[in-house]
Amino acid sequence: MAQVERPISPHLHVYKPQLTSVLSILHRITGVGLGAGTLLLAWWLVAAAYGPDQFEAAQAFIASWLGRLLLFGFTFSLFYHLCNGIRHLFWDAGRGFELKTVYTSGWLVVIASLGLTAVSWIAGYASGDAL
Amino acid sequence: MVEFTLPANSKIGTGKTVNSANSTSRSKTFKIYRWNPDDGNSPMVDTFIIDLERCGPMILDALIMIKNEIDSTLTFRRSCREGVCGSCAMNIDGTNTLACTKATADVKGDVRVYPLPHLPVIKDLVGDMSMFYAQYASVTPWLQADSPPPEGGERLQSREDRARLDGLWECILCACCSTSCPSYWWNGERYLGPAALLQAYRWIADSRDEAAGERLDALEDPFRLYRCHTIMNCTKTCPKSLNPAKAIAEIKKKMLERR
Repeated sequence: MAQVERPISPHLHVYKPQLTSVLSILHRITGVGLGAGTLLLAWWLVAAAYGPDQFEAAQAFIASWLGRLLLFGFTFSLFYHLCNGIRHLFWDAGRGFELKTVYTSGWLVVIASLGLTAVSWIAGYASGDAL
Repeated sequence: MVEFTLPANSKIGTGKTVNSANSTSRSKTFKIYRWNPDDGNSPMVDTFIIDLERCGPMILDALIMIKNEIDSTLTFRRSCREGVCGSCAMNIDGTNTLACTKATADVKGDVRVYPLPHLPVIKDLVGDMSMFYAQYASVTPWLQADSPPPEGGERLQSREDRARLDGLWECILCACCSTSCPSYWWNGERYLGPAALLQAYRWIADSRDEAAGERLDALEDPFRLYRCHTIMNCTKTCPKSLNPAKAIAEIKKKMLERR
């Protein structure tokens, strides 16, 4: 019999998404989000240094629905990455590895990052015409 | 390397459907991954509808019933049927576990059965474990000591030292954890994976072993140990309720302590 090339068994396609893996990939995605958000922040600062017209244009973009959506993603990325980063620090110290603790801390991170994002935006809108 | 899609020869089609349940009884649908190296076809998912009234309670009972009564070509590994040998590890209902200790009643809806993820398939539910075993061998999983054993006796341990091995020695090397780990999927050739690392720690933690330094040296590598990103799929899926992620964290701590 000729040697047949063996197929690879399915992985991502069949493995059930669960809190462990979903929060892990979200950490990676929000890390990328932080990079993108930092570029947005740098662009805004550069525009401010460049002159009033450029700053006006940057302000207008950030105040648009797309700009606000990007800002919202940046805020969530910041809080999620921060909260889950603290979770990682505990793991680095060898703590919090029991499955029950992993799930409790995971949900805590989800609630805390959503809560902090919401509080920031409510505070932002409440403090008047910030944008 | 990260690959989200399967290569062309691994894409899964729809296979045959066999209904062996008589309509009045309790039935369950099993969707089972099939691949035969001899027929030249791509992998398929076959559907078997079986009568649970005539079948034992576990997924393995159902697989054996399908093989005995419906399709004798269905191929899978099994041996002890009580969760101590690790042969029947497979992906059932989206997570890796042992077919013999997973109850059919615990699966809602259709039972999807695939080989352990991201392995070269030998046939049907049998994956190629050569690399997994080679990685296990690479952690030199045996007692290494230069000092001679006590006169005519065994190397004794205190109760405390022996207790440090609990949660490690019970590993049956079923590979459920390693093949649940996305990091192992993407970097399986260079990252040792949770099972081999738990075994490495089993010897590092052993008070009788004197090669901890060499063992840590062998793991001090960006890939072999440090591709663990604490995803925790390993601990979540372990059918023996062990904690490979914790064992890996203990190795990382030892690496820091000896700096």
